[in-house]
Amino acid sequence: MSGQTPDTRVDEARREFLRNAATASVLTLAPGVTLMTAGVSEAQAKVDPGKRWGMLIDTTKCTSGCDKCVAACKAENGWRAEEGSPTDPQWIRKVDVKDPKTGFAMSLPVMCQHCTNPPCVDVCPTGASMQRADGIVLVNRHICIGCRYCMMACPYKARSFAHEEVPENEKVPWAPRGQGCVEACTMCVHRVDAGGIPACAEACDKGAIVFGDLNDSASEISKRLAQFPSYQIRADLGCDPGVRYARLP
Amino acid sequence: MKRIHYSLLEGRVGYYAALAILGAIAGAGLLAAWYMEHHGHVVTGMTNQIVWGTPHVFAVFLIVAASGVLNVASIGTVFERKPYKPLGRLSALMAVAVLAGGLMVLVLDLGRPDRLIVAMTKYNFKSIFAWNIYLYNGFFAVVLLYLYTQMSSKFQVRSYYKAAGTLAFVWRLILTTGTGSIFGWLVARQGYDLAIYAPMFIALSFSFGLAMFLLVTISLYRSVERPLGHGLVNRMGRLLGVFVLAAFYFVAVAHLTNLYAAEHQGVERFILFGGNVYTFLFWVGFVLLGTVVPFALVFSQSARTSYKPVVVASLLTVIGGLSLIYVIIIGGQAYPLVLFPGKEVSSSFFDGVVNPYAPSFPEIVLGVAGFATAILITVFATKVLPLMPVSLADEDVDPHLVQKSGEVVEMKKAA
Repeated sequence: MSGQTPDTRVDEARREFLRNAATASVLTLAPGVTLMTAGVSEAQAKVDPGKRWGMLIDTTKCTSGCDKCVAACKAENGWRAEEGSPTDPQWIRKVDVKDPKTGFAMSLPVMCQHCTNPPCVDVCPTGASMQRADGIVLVNRHICIGCRYCMMACPYKARSFAHEEVPENEKVPWAPRGQGCVEACTMCVHRVDAGGIPACAEACDKGAIVFGDLNDSASEISKRLAQFPSYQIRADLGCDPGVRYARLP
Repeated sequence: MKRIHYSLLEGRVGYYAALAILGAIAGAGLLAAWYMEHHGHVVTGMTNQIVWGTPHVFAVFLIVAASGVLNVASIGTVFERKPYKPLGRLSALMAVAVLAGGLMVLVLDLGRPDRLIVAMTKYNFKSIFAWNIYLYNGFFAVVLLYLYTQMSSKFQVRSYYKAAGTLAFVWRLILTTGTGSIFGWLVARQGYDLAIYAPMFIALSFSFGLAMFLLVTISLYRSVERPLGHGLVNRMGRLLGVFVLAAFYFVAVAHLTNLYAAEHQGVERFILFGGNVYTFLFWVGFVLLGTVVPFALVFSQSARTSYKPVVVASLLTVIGGLSLIYVIIIGGQAYPLVLFPGKEVSSSFFDGVVNPYAPSFPEIVLGVAGFATAILITVFATKVLPLMPVSLADEDVDPHLVQKSGEVVEMKKAA
């Protein structure tokens, strides 16, 4: 029995050590966990499932050569594309469309169409491509593995792959970008959640881009959609884009 | 039938030399992957237009071939074809090795290969890609179990041999259906969106896999000078001819289906008659070198007494297969995505133009490393596990393969 005292002492020391280690761990990890939890719930709290955010692009007002919407998106979300670079990202682009039979030509911006049935979300193996309850389609950069299957599946060529490192001074906190991940228009979700409108819609001085809640019959976008015909690009695919065009060629 | 004896691969210098060469190629592939990962995909030929490049061509070829390699075992186990039974062990092991090689290429080309654990822990069950991750992992488990039932010294374990073989066979059919559907279910792109891709990929797997198995088996047996019957090689060669023809049938129907629909005629004109690299690879690579020539070779008179026609046919089947997969993957993306059918489009993001692509050196090295890894695993395994029958002489495998005079019996059936 004489050996019990030292043993007990060792046990006590061990218990004390474990207690301290556990306390230290909790103190170190807990704020992070709390922050993360708060962050998630904060973001989720802003998503209103009753809303369906969308855009109406009045192509009769959109002119070829004007790229204010593109410039605004670049400035807002911190991406740039050198002319002629096949690897630089383009979250929004101006497309010139011409009917070769009639000669009728027009220009229109194309970005993520925020489909109701997004093929990019369907094909993503990890669920990084996701759709918020309010219809906005996003890429969760934390779990995107860079497989690019979403880019293969997107009917609108709306997604880009970050082919190289994004310079630190170009990154903006509300639109995280990183080498090896896929990115696209976020419908300026950070602005929308704060009650604002996307940068492209704000920048268009011709009023060609109308942003709003498609579920709210009193919203300007809904009123216009009810009044005039509108179209979706590749409507035949049944993806039901949230971006509509007042006229398509 | 005589009892089949298996033994470890002989050789010392040759074995280690082969291991060193294959290891060097595999190592170069790892270096290439590190280089691409370090600098980003900007150093590859891939762009925002051609998002899947040469690594995917090699990866898809190997993944498809892997299930085809297993067919040799399945023909013996499930369909009870005697001459194929001795090859079951090597077939199963090599199937696992080829899949590992293909997956290595696929995984190392990811934008974030460091996040592989994410791919293994987070699943979107609506994604055929996610399903494939299960199918690939399951393939490893099922085929290794099948191998165990073949090799176990316990009678009780061996009694599950047929059940395990059947499970592996069904699993491989589902796996290739999944691989074909990765492309078949891409509804937005003109070159894909074809339900026939699933059975087409199964047919392709038969020919790719058997060709690779023949090349490896003949090389192994010749290098250690073990007996290998002309009757057996001839029989498998003829089966390859049937598989090559079956694959061609599905490819032909896929293109005819597209040609019939006015909306898909653009992409068909581009691939089949565009006068570009894809046109060349399709007609010369796949149709001529990958189908017509192998078919003629394996049914030629000289294939009865020489390995050469079967070896050349197998090699050409692999080249033709890589050509076809290149046409499917790269050609399918090179043709511009159609946003406005019937209209002329232009943009800063290359709308409406045929997208150029030139494979970069690291991409090719990574792809070839997939092949090297597959063969490396196979060769190593034959040295540590008794996978190779001591003799594959016709009289030891199946007496029906030889005539009394020693000539090969005229085969009524290919298999």
